[in-house]
Amino acid sequence: MAATTPAGTPTGSPAGSPAGLKARTADASAHARRRRMWGTVAFHGSAGLISLLWLVPIAVVLVTATRSFDDIAAHGLGSMPHSFTLGGFRQAWTDGGQQQALINSLVVTIPTVLLSLLLASMAAFALSRYDVPLRRALLLLMLSGNLLPPQILLIPVSKLSEKLGIYDSLYALIGVQIGFGVGFYVFVLHGFMRAIPPEIQQAAVIDGAGPWQIYTRIILPLARPALAALTALSFTWIFNDLLWAITVLRTGSKMPITASLLGLQGQYVSQWNVIAAGSVIAAAPTVIVFLRFQRHFVAGLNLGAVK
Amino acid sequence: MAVLTATDRDRAAGAAPGPVRGRRGRATRVPPVVLAFVLVPLLVEGFWVFWPALQGFWLSLTKWDGISPPQYVGLANYREMVHDSVFHTALLDTVLWLALFGGLSAILGLGAALLLQQERRGVGVYRAALFLPVVFSLTATALVWQAMYQPDGLVDKTMSALGLGGLTHPWLADQDTALYAVIVPALWRQIGYVMVLYLAGLKGIDPALYEAAKVDGATRWQQFRHITLPQLSSVNAVVLSVIIIDSLRSFDVVWALTRGGPYHSSELLSTYMYSTAFQSLRLGYGSALAVVIFVLAFGVIASYLVRAFKEAD
Repeated sequence: MAATTPAGTPTGSPAGSPAGLKARTADASAHARRRRMWGTVAFHGSAGLISLLWLVPIAVVLVTATRSFDDIAAHGLGSMPHSFTLGGFRQAWTDGGQQQALINSLVVTIPTVLLSLLLASMAAFALSRYDVPLRRALLLLMLSGNLLPPQILLIPVSKLSEKLGIYDSLYALIGVQIGFGVGFYVFVLHGFMRAIPPEIQQAAVIDGAGPWQIYTRIILPLARPALAALTALSFTWIFNDLLWAITVLRTGSKMPITASLLGLQGQYVSQWNVIAAGSVIAAAPTVIVFLRFQRHFVAGLNLGAVK
Repeated sequence: MAVLTATDRDRAAGAAPGPVRGRRGRATRVPPVVLAFVLVPLLVEGFWVFWPALQGFWLSLTKWDGISPPQYVGLANYREMVHDSVFHTALLDTVLWLALFGGLSAILGLGAALLLQQERRGVGVYRAALFLPVVFSLTATALVWQAMYQPDGLVDKTMSALGLGGLTHPWLADQDTALYAVIVPALWRQIGYVMVLYLAGLKGIDPALYEAAKVDGATRWQQFRHITLPQLSSVNAVVLSVIIIDSLRSFDVVWALTRGGPYHSSELLSTYMYSTAFQSLRLGYGSALAVVIFVLAFGVIASYLVRAFKEAD
């Protein structure tokens, strides 16, 4: 967007003596250069300051997690570190039950993401590429399910899972997460799939392809950017969920990692190194996914906006 | 968008996307497998969402402890709210939350996007820094900030160092500051998200519009007012709905930091609903509180949805 290159600035009319023109051009470009330099300084100054401010809490938690309890007790939470140890991580990981919690989280998150996106892409494909009766109403309905405040569902869902005999099991968590999330993914994928030109599909129809082939061979591959973006998003959301977990689960050892942080908070009151280490462990997987998928994430968002 | 002739349309009707309307109406046949593609996800959602939601409305008319069968009491739960001072606090706090958390995250998110929209060297690092908290869970965010807010934590230390020692505070334990102290971490996490939405929107604006405005001598403010803002209207609508939904859903960060306390001073409807239902085991009253949250969300969401769907295709 920085289109203020010296060449782009209007540097006088073609008329006038060559020497005068040259001088004026040089003057104008020097002026533009100076302005640009100040602009750059102001930009990096403000953006850098904001970014630093934003990263302070992350730095604090990383530092706190590697301090020893005695150090924190002696010098206070806000002081510079006087020690370095991974003992906090060890305590959170084994005594605090974070290892089991992380396994629980992955056992819930991975199947939920895969199943949700499979179901959602099927529905989005049908609704966007076929003249399904009431297609707009159905799309609206599915989306509206996701827009509901979860609070209205908490009590009935916990009772429903009790009736099904899956209360306090990870199946209940997987089930409700799929059901609740799928509407939103359908909506996003529908918008994306509608933008795929009809000619591509018509060519496949003429070649004798059925709906299943069109879905798996044409639409899904073309929707990959949107699927990648949704994978990153939904992984983060599901992994970070607290409310559904504490609604359908009760036993501490079954809690996924986000919910287990509350347990850690209660178990290690004011042992900030352990709590900080627990937070780092809980945040690490989504940070990894974000860094790994960042390109897809941005590309997916932009593709959706441009098409 | 694609201009098809009538014959093309008939030939392609079997698989043509989009609303193939016209004289034939719904003459096209949809293959059964395609119907199944819609029905299976719909049933899953119906089982876990729509059916429970209906039950939720029904339960709001009952008195229920979760063990003996629910007892129909009509609108008694709603009448109780009128005199429930905790409910009043929670409602007020929720409105405050919506205004402060929602308003500030929209304004600051747009500001961050405007600042970081330029493709300069290093801008990716700044964007990543602002976006990074978005991937943390609200619970982890809460714990991070809980440490910051401790009496010997960084917030008070910094204030003392800046000569504001008189203002240091047990931020989360003081009834007057607890709610605001909880909003800050929520904002810290939300602004990057809103920024990303706006960045995508800003990228979609045709640069030719700005070129034309510059030729016409428009100032920066005029460009922002008459090009950027109108061009962002669809993103604004998305952001607005995201903010309202997120505000009314906000639970994790409050629950992890204060559980709604001290003395309900940071109580939101969502936290009050949860503690009423699952700690006091008043499932009927809890359901009624959930219905209130639903009603607050519904008005805004429904009107937005209807408009969005009229404009879309």
